[in-house]
Amino acid sequence: MIFFQNLVNALQLGSFYALIALGYSMVYGVLMLFNFAHGDVFMVGAYIGFLVSTGLLTLANLGAVALPTWLILALTIILAMFLTSFVGMLVERVGYRPLRGAPRASAAISGLMIGIFLETFVLWLGGPKRRSFPALIESTTYELGGVIVTNKKIVIVLVSMLLMLALHLFVRRTKWGMAMRAMAYDYVVVPLMGVPLNTIAALTFGLGSALAAAAGVFFGIAYPVLDPYMGIRYGWKAFVAAILGGRGSVLGAALAGFMLGFIEIFVAWIFPSTWRDLIAYSIILLILTLRPHGFFGEPYSAQLRL
Amino acid sequence: MSKKHTFRLVALLLVGATILGACGPAGPDTIKIGINAPLTGDIPKVGEGTKFAAEMWLADIEAAGGLEVGGKKYNVELVIEDNESKAESATKASTKLITQDEVLIIVGPQSSKQAVPAGGVANDNETPMVSPWSTNPNTTLDRPWVFRSCFLDPFQGPVAANFITEEFGFSKAAVLYDVASDYPKGLAEFFKAAWEDLHGAGSVAAFESFTTGDADFSSQLTNIINSGAEVIFTPQYYNEVALIVQQAHELGWDKPIVGSDSWGSAETVELCGADCYGLFFSTHYAAAGATGATKAFIDRYEAEHGYVPDDVGALTWDTMLIVQEAIQGCGEVSGELEKDRQCVRDALARIKDFDGITGKMTFTEEGDPIKCAVIVRISEAGEFEFYKSACP
Repeated sequence: MIFFQNLVNALQLGSFYALIALGYSMVYGVLMLFNFAHGDVFMVGAYIGFLVSTGLLTLANLGAVALPTWLILALTIILAMFLTSFVGMLVERVGYRPLRGAPRASAAISGLMIGIFLETFVLWLGGPKRRSFPALIESTTYELGGVIVTNKKIVIVLVSMLLMLALHLFVRRTKWGMAMRAMAYDYVVVPLMGVPLNTIAALTFGLGSALAAAAGVFFGIAYPVLDPYMGIRYGWKAFVAAILGGRGSVLGAALAGFMLGFIEIFVAWIFPSTWRDLIAYSIILLILTLRPHGFFGEPYSAQLRL
Repeated sequence: MSKKHTFRLVALLLVGATILGACGPAGPDTIKIGINAPLTGDIPKVGEGTKFAAEMWLADIEAAGGLEVGGKKYNVELVIEDNESKAESATKASTKLITQDEVLIIVGPQSSKQAVPAGGVANDNETPMVSPWSTNPNTTLDRPWVFRSCFLDPFQGPVAANFITEEFGFSKAAVLYDVASDYPKGLAEFFKAAWEDLHGAGSVAAFESFTTGDADFSSQLTNIINSGAEVIFTPQYYNEVALIVQQAHELGWDKPIVGSDSWGSAETVELCGADCYGLFFSTHYAAAGATGATKAFIDRYEAEHGYVPDDVGALTWDTMLIVQEAIQGCGEVSGELEKDRQCVRDALARIKDFDGITGKMTFTEEGDPIKCAVIVRISEAGEFEFYKSACP
């Protein structure tokens, strides 16, 4: 029973890692750089979700519009994703596009700076006080044969998986997705054939940021305490998941995100929780020693095209 | 040439003035008490509470026509120094109070960060010092001249353990704490030791930890729930309290969760909401539901300053009264600073069963009070209600 309970716990935690890791992986796939501001984009997404949902709830309470809670939840997710995608595109435009062609270390430094900017910007705007994310889902607990599940967890895990499926279909089935894949294959030659590099780069950042925003809203629902620095920790963990899944692999990032959740939860169950991070990340280090390019990533030689 | 002469003259005058000033007003008619408080810096609210409480005490003394010691009434002067909430400024402020202002005794600093170094200054200069709020053992450790009027962290663990045992009759407890932060880690270990003293080895069914910044405690809580524990003790700060309590409830935990004085922030309830109603934690004092002298102090403070005093204000008030009792217990103020300071220190060490608004206090040899903690219940209105006191 404890096993299944922890399985449910891990699915929820893994959803966040997977959603955030996808953003890292897609950007790497297309532009071969890691967007180190991505964790902070996740934080911004959570704050935008907080603003949207608080605003909608205030409107509903004033009686200005009749909004059932499920609609507020849906609108919050959609609006947060939509607005945050612009934040992501702005990050690309300001932080990375001017540095295209510059040494890769420059882009990494630029990303870190943008991350710090986003943290301090939110800090300046909202103050150091922690924010309480409104309860968009009235918590109901179900017990299935000794395993306790809340409706929150079900919604979070299911919607996360739906979003990942949607991304997969987008990348595999649409023309834009095909352009992204082509760009990932070779971003020097493909633009010469008329595929707009800047548009594809912005699209990639926008999509990744939208998923991070969804993760931010779900995070607020599951752990309703927001602070401007929460993105650092989750950003780094999701980065680990992106590496583990294989740089540039969408499927890999999603699976590795869930796997990271499982490893963290199950290590804390089996071993003393004091050693959790030590053991969990030693396991990941071991996996990467055996498979340096992750589960679905291609070996370096095939990827270093320049 | 004339410039040089002027300079010498000014220097001479300054030296003279300092010497005169030092001997001048501090005659035997006035007692000077130094206050070392963070009026600016990170925690100005703490400094404000200190100042307000001390000034309320002074107003009482002045209304009575002065402080009566051995049949004679003395004027009291408070010398309030700002320590900017910094350790180095606090030692500077204490040095100034001791050597320049020649105070009889110092009240403050408040936080351990400043009280630990400033305590060293007071002890080296053989001047009595009382910190109202510092809970770190090092403030008074091996310093006969330094006292405090709050309980220490090693005391809170047993308080919580005893309270849970008496109140609920439980014998199996679980602890969930942040392994990367000194205060929760220390307190978690003190609680574990105390609980095992009461209920034997193995009675702490789960001793689970996480790292600062974690938001997911589901695995640890699942372990706790399956360990057969009847209560969770979690000495965490208010942001983590909200997450831990909510997640515990979502995982089906319906038994009590108990905390420590780090819960005592107004934001605990703001973040945690209804999930925290009905829970208990140990702290220095409770504003809601207070009675007697405590209520009188709260009402007066609120009337004068417009808000309910926090634990710093209440502890400072008690400290001022302790200082008063020590000076009065001295019997006389001779005007010889060294002798008077020694006398006040000895009187402080002799204080027994002092009846303060934050509880009865008796000082140990270390200068720490033996006093009761307050168990607070978070009411259905989200207020911190006095529930009972827990004594050593």
